[in-house]
Amino acid sequence: MAAELSGAPLRISRPVRRGRSATTEAPAVRVALVGLVFVFLGFFLMLPLVAVFVEALRGGISAYLAAIVEPDALAAIRLTLIVAAIAVPANMVFGVAAAWAVAKFEFKGKSLLVTLIDLPFSVSPVISGLVYVLLFGAQGFFGPFLDAHGVEIIFAVPGIVLATIFVTFPFVARELIPLMQEQGSGDEEAALSLGASGFTTFLLVTLPNVKWALLYGVLLCNARAMGEFGAVSVVSGHIRGLTNTMPLHVEILYNEYSFAAAFAVASLLALLALFTLALKTFLEWRFAGAIAAERAH
Amino acid sequence: MRGRARTWRKRSVLPGFGLSLGFTIAYLGLVVLVPLAALVIKSAGLGAAEFWRLATDPRTLAALRLSFGTALVAATINAVFGALIAWVLVRYRFFGRRFLDAVIDLPFALPTAVAGIALTSLYAPNGWVGQFLQPLGLKVAYAPAGIVVALTFVSLPFVVRTVEPVLAEIDRELEEAAATLGASRAQTMFKVIVPALLPALLTGFALALARAVGEYGSVIFIAGNIPYVSEIAPLLIVIRLEEFDYAGATAVAAVMLAIAFVMLFVINLLQAWSRRRFGYGS
Repeated sequence: MAAELSGAPLRISRPVRRGRSATTEAPAVRVALVGLVFVFLGFFLMLPLVAVFVEALRGGISAYLAAIVEPDALAAIRLTLIVAAIAVPANMVFGVAAAWAVAKFEFKGKSLLVTLIDLPFSVSPVISGLVYVLLFGAQGFFGPFLDAHGVEIIFAVPGIVLATIFVTFPFVARELIPLMQEQGSGDEEAALSLGASGFTTFLLVTLPNVKWALLYGVLLCNARAMGEFGAVSVVSGHIRGLTNTMPLHVEILYNEYSFAAAFAVASLLALLALFTLALKTFLEWRFAGAIAAERAH
Repeated sequence: MRGRARTWRKRSVLPGFGLSLGFTIAYLGLVVLVPLAALVIKSAGLGAAEFWRLATDPRTLAALRLSFGTALVAATINAVFGALIAWVLVRYRFFGRRFLDAVIDLPFALPTAVAGIALTSLYAPNGWVGQFLQPLGLKVAYAPAGIVVALTFVSLPFVVRTVEPVLAEIDRELEEAAATLGASRAQTMFKVIVPALLPALLTGFALALARAVGEYGSVIFIAGNIPYVSEIAPLLIVIRLEEFDYAGATAVAAVMLAIAFVMLFVINLLQAWSRRRFGYGS
């Protein structure tokens, strides 16, 4: 500007280009770091995954299928589906209710409530099972009462469901709370001022706003519910065909040295994990803004 | 009715506060708090002397020491590699980046029992990896080293996922300023970037540690489970339960629960510090 005004010829001196920008590393370092990450993740994450499928198919495809359609395996698959079908919707309803209370209202003790919701993540799965044994087991607080009324919880399906609900408790809530806090309640207030009832507002305004985050939370919750081992192992009693979930069935087969069969059932769980990861990645890629709270609504 | 002053919450035009909060607290209480209270009551009922005797039993102490020692090693490995992975994923653009980013969450999605048998088959003396370690005199499966491998696997995502968002938000201008002031890249790295990442790194480390200490499913297959040598604390709880030694199981569990609470408290402090000092971090 000043040069133009004074009439002098404008000379723009090009900045001296160094080999790279000041905020990155030398190309060789970058290549080395990326290579190191590939090696580390390939070795620690991919290799075990590959091993599951190789071991599962070691006995051939017919042995693989036979291990899966075997009656005890089918019973384990059925029980796993039943448990997830109860635990996941229960925690979904809880997650929505908790997110509504925490995100749309201001009240005392809110941060304590959020900490308590995350609590099951900090507890060892074995302890999550143990607490129900202490409550409902034969020697537990309610044991004699349950026994007198012929109700079985521990070493039966209800105990497995309870332990699964415990370990998958925070998943949906923790996906929804930050997102709904970010979104605020302007949309809902507008709907209410236009005469919508509270329930209609929730159904037609709030739910569509959070549907992808809800699906995301449900997905993670379901993966954990179907794969939970420690907590379920403590309360199940390992009765074949009755109280064995898929992960427990894998353990029994493995301990009986039926490795191919154990890996065959395990490969179904690994497929579930891969499906979960694929869908999760797709949701993150396609609906990043509708899931992550960091993005503007 | 609405006119009545409620001092413990701000008034809002949105409905459903009582219903949603009531349901939340009732469900939280029934599913989580009452069962955990049962553990606390049961261990309190043991009496101080009996509790101390059970909690300081040599086998219990050995199991707790092993669980913590191996979890600490695994969390440290993951702090180093987690920070590196987060750096590479956030800062570099290369073929396969999105794929790697998706793979990071595999330990969250893969059931622990599946991870356990897969790692055992890899590191067993005749396994894909174990056959190369065997001649070197390295025993991984059925030894404490195997526990570290399993715990590294299950706690791998924590550091990556806590450091990633913070790293993405760090202002490049800070690094440019450091460079214009004559700092070398290494100086910028250790004096500008690492201090900014420290709270997230520590949070991820604490989360990984908390997860690894309580881990059961993946460890029991690979550990060998020899008392005093490769028997982790959660396994000892299960063994005590199978012996119908409820008092013994409860004592070990109460110690672990107390430690978990302390770690949860530390994680919350770290996050509060991070928010105060840097203005971000979840």
